[in-house]
This record gives sequence, C-alpha cells and structure tokens, in this order.
Amino acid sequence: MKSILCATITLMLAASAQARLNVVATTPDLASIASAVGGKEIQLTTLARPNEDPHFVEAKPSFIVKLNKADVLVHGGAELEGGWLSPLLAGARNAKIVSAAKGDVRCCEGVPMLDVPTELDRSKGDIHAAGNPHYMVDPENAKIVAHHMADAFSASDEANREYYQANAKNLMATLDAKLKEWQTTLAPFKGQQLVSYHNSWLYFANRFGLKTELFVEPKPGIPPSPSHLAELMAKMKSRGVKVIIVDPYLNRKSAETVARGTGGTVVDVAQFPGAIKGTDGDYIALMDHLVKTIADALKGQGAAIAK
Amino acid sequence: MGQLQKQLQEMQKNFERMQQLQREQIEGLQKQLETLQTATASNTAAVVASAPGVAQPAPSWRPTDPVRAGKGAAYMDVGVVATVAAGGSTAQDVEELQIGGHDPNQRGFTVQGVEANFTGGVDPYFRGNANILFGLDAEGESYVELEEAWAETVSLPANLQVRGGQFLTDFGRVNTQHPHQWGFVDAPLVNARFLGADGLRNPGARVSWLAPTPFYSELFLAVQNSQGETAAGFRSEGGHSHGGEEEEEVPFGFRHADNDRGVRGADDLLFTPRWASSFELTDNQTVLAGVSAAFGPNSSGGGGDTRTEIYGADLTWKWKAPNAERGFPFVAWQSEVMLRKYDLGEFDWSGEPPDGLLVLESDGVTPAVLGRETVNDWGFYSQLLWGFKPGWVAGLRFDYVGGDRANYESAGLIAQDADGNQEALGRDPLRDSRWRLSPNLTWYPSEFSKIRLQYNYDERNDLGDDHSVWLQFEFLLGAHAAHKF
Repeated sequence: MKSILCATITLMLAASAQARLNVVATTPDLASIASAVGGKEIQLTTLARPNEDPHFVEAKPSFIVKLNKADVLVHGGAELEGGWLSPLLAGARNAKIVSAAKGDVRCCEGVPMLDVPTELDRSKGDIHAAGNPHYMVDPENAKIVAHHMADAFSASDEANREYYQANAKNLMATLDAKLKEWQTTLAPFKGQQLVSYHNSWLYFANRFGLKTELFVEPKPGIPPSPSHLAELMAKMKSRGVKVIIVDPYLNRKSAETVARGTGGTVVDVAQFPGAIKGTDGDYIALMDHLVKTIADALKGQGAAIAK
Repeated sequence: MGQLQKQLQEMQKNFERMQQLQREQIEGLQKQLETLQTATASNTAAVVASAPGVAQPAPSWRPTDPVRAGKGAAYMDVGVVATVAAGGSTAQDVEELQIGGHDPNQRGFTVQGVEANFTGGVDPYFRGNANILFGLDAEGESYVELEEAWAETVSLPANLQVRGGQFLTDFGRVNTQHPHQWGFVDAPLVNARFLGADGLRNPGARVSWLAPTPFYSELFLAVQNSQGETAAGFRSEGGHSHGGEEEEEVPFGFRHADNDRGVRGADDLLFTPRWASSFELTDNQTVLAGVSAAFGPNSSGGGGDTRTEIYGADLTWKWKAPNAERGFPFVAWQSEVMLRKYDLGEFDWSGEPPDGLLVLESDGVTPAVLGRETVNDWGFYSQLLWGFKPGWVAGLRFDYVGGDRANYESAGLIAQDADGNQEALGRDPLRDSRWRLSPNLTWYPSEFSKIRLQYNYDERNDLGDDHSVWLQFEFLLGAHAAHKF
C-alpha cells in the first residue's frame, strides 16, 4: 500500500525525465494499475475519464496525437473500446502499438473470461463476443493485468525491467493482503443478490460470493421499459433483494424508481478510480470503497438470502 | 492456539489460491496447445501469436457452425447496412427535387441503399476497407456501385500515411461519410450539386501527414482520376443518376459534349488538398475545423483546357455531457461552405450537336457560339443535432445553393431538343438558387437500427416551394463500424 502511494506521489511530482516510457491507457482502472507498475519511469495518459461510459467515449482527434506518441497502449481488449478505439488507431501511424506489436497490451489476455457467448445473436442485445469485458473489478484479475503490464513495460524498456517487476510484485502482494480483508468484510453476505443496471459486476460478484442476476436493463444496451421494471420489482420483492448498484453514467432515475417500489436502496458504484471522491488513480482505494459501501448496503438487506 | 489455527487457515487459503492460479495457467496452456494442434480449424491466429499463457479458449470451427462475422474473431469484419425510406412530396419532379444519389426520390418506397462493408488487416503493413453498395433506382432497376475499395498503411516514418484504391475524397465532412452516417435522410444540397450525387470519389492515392503539433492537425493530398460519373464537376460526360432516365446532372450550360480528351499530363488529374485541425475548448467540447480544395480539368467546350476549382471550409463543434448515458445527451453542430469556379469552354453549336440538342441565338435559327467564361457557384449547409435523451436525436438543417448569373443565361438564347421543341433559355435550373429547411427526429431502438422522420421545406427560384415528408428506416447486421469524430 505504502509503495503504491509512494509510486503514485512520485509520478505526480516527477519532473519530466527524457526517456520515460510513454504509456497510453484507455480506461482509468487500467491506468491506475499501469501507474502502480510503471511508477516514475512512465509518462501516463488516460483517454476515458472516470465518469465516462467506456462503451461511448468520444473519439476526439486529439487522441490520435496521443496514440501517435505512445510507446505502449494499454487497453481492455474484449471489445469494450470497440465503439471508438479502432478509428483512432487507424490514424495513429504508430508501429509500436499496432495489434500484436510489443507495445500493444491487450489486458484481457491471461484473464479467465466469463460469459463467453457460444453464439452471436444481437436479438440478445449488444453482446460481447470475447466475454464480459468488465473484468477489472475482480482483484485477482487486477493481479494478472499487473503481471502482464510489468512484462510489457519491460519488453519496451529493458533498462527498467527490475523496477517494473518489483512494483508489480509489490502490487500483487498488497492486493493479496487486501483481498483477504475484503473477503472477510463480504463473507457474511455470501449468496446474496445485488441488482445492477448493466451486467458489469459479474466478476466482482464471482470473487466475493455474491450474485448479480437481476438487471435494470432488460438486455445489454436496451433501455428499461415500464413492464420490465415492474417485473424486476416483483422479483426483488419475492427474493428479498434490496440493493441496487448504479454506475455514474447510468440512469439513476430508473434505479430510484425500482428502489422506491421495493423499499430498497440505490448504491453509487464505479468501475473506475476517480469516479468516486478520494479514489483518483488508486485502484485499491476504489475497491475499499466498493466493498465497504456494498457491505453496508447488504447489512440492511437482512437475512433474506437468495439462493 | 486460536492464532495458530488462524495462521494455518490463512496459509491454506493462500496455498489454495496459488493452486487455483496455477491450475488456470496450466488450463490456459493446455488450451493453447489444443488450438495450435488444430490450427487449420482455428480462426484466431492473432490471439495465439501474441500472448503466452492465454486462457481464452479458441473454439475450433466445424462446418455446421455459422460463419461468425463479428469483430476481431475473424480475418475481416463484415457488416451490412440497409436503408429504406417511405414518403412523398408536393413536387411533381421529385427526382429533381432530391438531388442526392441516394436520397428518397419517389412517392412511395425508396431503397436508399444496401451497403456491404468489409474491413480488416491485410497484413502487418496495410489495413483494408471495401464498401459495395446495392440499390434499386426509382424505376425498380437494380444497380451495384463500388463505393470504396482501398488499403492504407499501418505506419510509415515521418507520421505519413498512404492510401490507395477507390475512395471518397477527403473534402469537407459529409463527402467521406457514407449515407447511413448522416444525421439527415438526404445529402446537403451543396454537396450533391458541387461534389456530385454520390459524392466525389474515384480511384487514386492519398497521402496524409499528421503534423507534430500538440493538437491534432492533419494535412491530406489526394490524387485521383478526374473522369467518370463520380467526378461530376470535372471530366465527366454527364451526371450520375439513379432515376429512370439518362439525366444530365451537370448544368446544361456546362456543355459537356462528347469531348473527353483523356489525361495528357499530371495536371489532368484531380488534386484535392485538405487541412484539418481539432481543438478541445473544454473537457466536454471539441471543435474540428478544416479547409479543402479540389482542382481538376473539366470537359466543357471543345478547347480542352478548361478547369474546375472547388473550395470548401468546414467547422464541426460537439458537446457531450460529462456523465453521458450511452453517449447522450450531446449536441453536434456542423457547417460547410463551398465555392466552385467553373471554366466554361467556348462551344460552337453549329458543329455536331450532342443528342440532337441545339442552342440557338435569339432569332431561333442560328446555332449559337457560346463564348468562354468562368462561372461562380456557392452554397452552404448548417446542421444541428441534439441528442436529448438516450436513443433520441432532434435535428435541424438549413441548405442554400446559388450562383452568379452567367453570360449564357443572359444572352436570350433558345434551346431546341431532338424533337424540335423550342424553349427560351434563362436561368440554368441546375445552377439556380434554392434553399431547404429540414427538421427531423430520429429514434435509435439500439445502436443497430434507426427510424427517422424528416420534413423538408424546399424553395426553388422560379419553381416555387415544395413540402416533403420522409420516413427512413435503417438496420445493421454484422460488425458495427466504430464512429469517427
């Protein structure tokens, strides 16, 4: 924890060194891991903002300039950035970050993906062919990504290999320790249901023994109709589910309607460090906040355990 | 004692977790081995080549499986976008009212186009893209158009990029967008008139340079053929139309007789330089400004040395809410202004008249000799799109085109067609001024389908005003092309 804090502060205060590795990250969760692994030896730029929906980031032309100068591109892979990243890469003219190049870090590689569809059919909504792309909310996956990043940074910047590997090791050790804490905090709520707007909390639920099977949106990318909300409220009542988690860019009003109808609570969550006050650039602080607020909300859900 | 137990439990948990991680890694390696062994059935070469210890399973393809035309899991992305419209207009000449090649152009239903798009990496050096358009014209005749088919470099030194093949010229903003990307049902008047009903596109090559500025700044230079129906303002024999008849879509006064003199030198090609630059006014507002010019020969008159110059400037401003849900709310304002200088060559109608068409002096008998002159036409459009609620966009566009009154329009000439019917030649209808106001409303049930309702108020000089209503429906199958700015 301390070393990550040191690394983050050092990065923020660092005067621009000449030969720092230029790393561009697409989303702030990957950026926070990159910052912890890269420390003062990288210059980090993040494209999406913490409050932004990662599916719908505006492909600003200025991003082309940022990608053109990058040594390493860190992206989620798994099609999360499919709606905006490829035209930017097409104009970037940067051999270092093209697909499968040394500087192309597709973070989903090595991560056990969940929900890989066996057939692709859009009548099921906007599904992702490579599986659920929101894997970073599981700290175990964050470890895999940290390891991957350390290898990638080292491959592009051999001189600092030991530094990156050491940072990654420290981060993984810290995550291990914190994971124990988090699992202890959420252990009393094993098997309980959470309602989320979009199916982006699967990996979190998986890791901490919770369930996210009820969604405010009827299918991925499809807005909720009044009949679907009524159905959802009925299901929540019958299973005793009271907690609805909502990301900052999603429709809080629908969630509030459901909460009012079932006597439940809406919990503000986020997948990206920085979207919640005090978590800027800090994955662990974000996870701390998430675990604590979800645990607090679930306490109120009482003994009704959904199996 | 309790503490020891706890420690033992923790050690056991840790050990189990490490085991799990290693098990997953072994599984991953096993699957990778499987994939490598069944390499002919796998279609995920990129995944196998890039990462060791990948845990993603690469399903081997069986003949009974459907061909997955998705993104990234195949050598190319395939998508089909079909756009159809229904509606009507008070105009008697709907096909002349709607001058875009894929505009709804009849009372009833129009298949505006079915566009098949193929995109993918050719090899480590090139990226390729092809667009083939199928449609039905106003008479129900099928047609196929090669819209684009080009490859461009992935990376070259000095921030250059080269594209070669058949492509839409980078002029302004709308010209390089395919009709299904437009915010309106039809093409802007100025684009259809100056750059042609289907946009300015031709085979050629394009070089672009990303300037080493902290903000985005790109310089383009395209060199393309100057002849053909998609270079309507240049060396084309006439217009390009999906109407039932052979329509001239270049103004009559442009005298495109049968005089294609071919390419004699480099300056007989079509050159289109463009410079575009983008700035971020705030975190949520982005501006893109550009200037473009197109230079090339035209086939007016008999002299063979006449040229066309088209100049354009464009400005795009976009705002998106910081907490945008599915990209909404947003506001996008886009405007383009164009100026065309067209050299009209000298033409003597006492020679072999094309298609029996004659232009006579005011006495109605003597074939006219039209002197050389340069005519100026200009026009602009300005459109505002407001995505006010997820899936809903309200739009408003204003179009204007007009031009100088040329000498041939003031000389009191008379036109006589092949059947001997005579008509006084005044203002050239395809150069005369007109404007249009188009409010519309679009609903996107998802990113892959849309329904749009648009009302057009058209005012054409000497032809009066017209009202049209169009309802457009569009759907996308297959790969969803990502949105450029």
